[in-house]
Amino acid sequence: MAFLEIRNLVRKAGAVEILKGINIDLEKGGFLVLVGPSGCGKSTLLNAIAGLQQPTSGEIIINGQVVNDLHPAKRDIAMVFQSYALYPNMTVEENIGFALEMRGMPKTERAEAIRGVAKTLQIEHLLTRRPAQLSGGQRQRVAMGRALVRKPQVFLFDEPLSNLDAKLRVEVRAEIKRLHQTTHATIVYVTHDQIEAMTLATKIVVMKEGIIQQVGSPSDIYNRPANTFVADFMGSPAMNMLPGHIDGGMVHLTGGTRLPLPGTVSAAPAQGTEVLLGIRPEAVTDRSLADPSAKHLIDIEAPVELTEPTGSDMFLILRHGGEALTARVRAEVAVEAGQMISVALNLDKAVLFEKGTGQRIA
Amino acid sequence: MSAPADSVSPGSARAARYFIYGALLVFALVYLTPLYVMLTTSLKSLDEIRGGDMMALPVAPSLDAWFRAWGEACIGVTCGGIKGYFWNSLKMVVPAVAISTLLGALNGYVLTKWRFPGHKIVFGMMLFACFIPFQAVLIPMARVLGILGMSNSTAGLVLVHVIYGLGFTTLFFRNYYEAFPDELIKSAMIDGAGFFRIFWRILLPSSGPIIVVTVIYQFTNIWNDFLFGVSFASGEGAPMTVALNNLVSSSTGVKEYNVDMAAAVIAALPTLFVYIVAGRYFVRGLMAGAVKG
Repeated sequence: MAFLEIRNLVRKAGAVEILKGINIDLEKGGFLVLVGPSGCGKSTLLNAIAGLQQPTSGEIIINGQVVNDLHPAKRDIAMVFQSYALYPNMTVEENIGFALEMRGMPKTERAEAIRGVAKTLQIEHLLTRRPAQLSGGQRQRVAMGRALVRKPQVFLFDEPLSNLDAKLRVEVRAEIKRLHQTTHATIVYVTHDQIEAMTLATKIVVMKEGIIQQVGSPSDIYNRPANTFVADFMGSPAMNMLPGHIDGGMVHLTGGTRLPLPGTVSAAPAQGTEVLLGIRPEAVTDRSLADPSAKHLIDIEAPVELTEPTGSDMFLILRHGGEALTARVRAEVAVEAGQMISVALNLDKAVLFEKGTGQRIA
Repeated sequence: MSAPADSVSPGSARAARYFIYGALLVFALVYLTPLYVMLTTSLKSLDEIRGGDMMALPVAPSLDAWFRAWGEACIGVTCGGIKGYFWNSLKMVVPAVAISTLLGALNGYVLTKWRFPGHKIVFGMMLFACFIPFQAVLIPMARVLGILGMSNSTAGLVLVHVIYGLGFTTLFFRNYYEAFPDELIKSAMIDGAGFFRIFWRILLPSSGPIIVVTVIYQFTNIWNDFLFGVSFASGEGAPMTVALNNLVSSSTGVKEYNVDMAAAVIAALPTLFVYIVAGRYFVRGLMAGAVKG
């Protein structure tokens, strides 16, 4: 049985349904990332798990116990907020110890617990300071310490990195991952950053408008997106979507190119089906960078509209059959806007979507 | 601005500065003149006052008038000075300020962090209380005090001032707590703190500036109030402001201007004291929440 279960969770605000029947299972020690654009309901879902917002219907079960009617303090959870929510009038030590104090833990025990956590997070020298005297990264650590000290059954993170600058974000991200690996804590983590989702999660839930679009491992989500929304949302630059139709068991692109079925498709769709061929920029490369073990490498020629060197490699915006096609090539490839270039499409990595519904064809 | 900054010569900048400081000095003098006259007059003897020059410094400064005002001056038919009334005012103002501030804070807390259906209407009606003139509530208030058996008592005056002040204190605290992050409240809830614990441990300790603003505002208003004092308290129970009026307007015997002035300054001292002690927080508190961050 799963450690955290969410059953048919619905939340309405007035007539608007913010969550439309959410079902999620998370095993003990799992790292679940809820990801989606703003307004998709991911924060509402997190708040419902925390008990800060009551669901309209449905159940939340932690470790076999239905917690719907339990006060947030009684659910044995800890939450790290986007703004860190450190109590400004208390020192770091008092901040970390507040929950323990509320539980009535004796002072000496409390001090010991605080010291232990401070040591783990390397914030021992900050214990007597107030939040206003800390940097962003230090505040973030204190916020994590406040969650850790309670040894909760489930950790909830609400976009904890979005207030940090880019460099610090990468550091803290690695730290959270390390923390998860050493403590084997069960974590639910909300973010709108797909890279955070990919790097941290053992399980990703992609949401849109209160509906789960796909649940799966990071590689599932990335390589086999359930629909065009997930394909577009995860990955940067976004997956290329080339329109076409099925003709004689081949994909006939609007530009006239005929391609074999992608490796992810098991049975050919009906003749004439309108489709979108989804292919990630890294599967559209110059020959020298292409995966040598790929079964279907198809070369196409296309004019270059724009070059975007990133340093490590280069993105090219090509024009193919009236559609923009992003390719990722080696940084050393000598090409300029306006020239023609030959790129290889790795069809093993491509996916096919039904045009009308946007669903992936398996 | 079309003119670049370097087109202003140092000379004209300095002239402008002199002009500004000069104007400020003149206004400061105008405002301070009455205080000067009050202080000097209170230190003069009656003979010297009758001698004429209001602006002159006292020839032989003496605190006689101050002691007379405090302990001997006749107010109405009793001649015990204003000290009794001073204590009356203090006994009224301290609980009234404390209670109205605390209730205002609690109201602000509920109206921002524990919102209930119709919270906007409740707040709107409380705001409305700020615009009701004193005179309009005199008779209903007298009736209520009569029913409660609190007329002509300090407790009754405290009640009146608390009720009248609630609109303002609620407004102050609501606006301050509006900018207070909700996440802190949520975090405290998860940590296991209840309604009052969050209020005492998280919210109130972070409310220093707005408490100062509210205390100054309420203290000044209640201490200086004359209308409620004269309407709901009389005789020995009257507050300072009423006693001062009775002292100054009593028409028997010689008019002792020096005693009147001394009594007036004594009456003004507590508010002055509050401003000096807490004033530097005042502007900070008024501006708090106006700018985010």
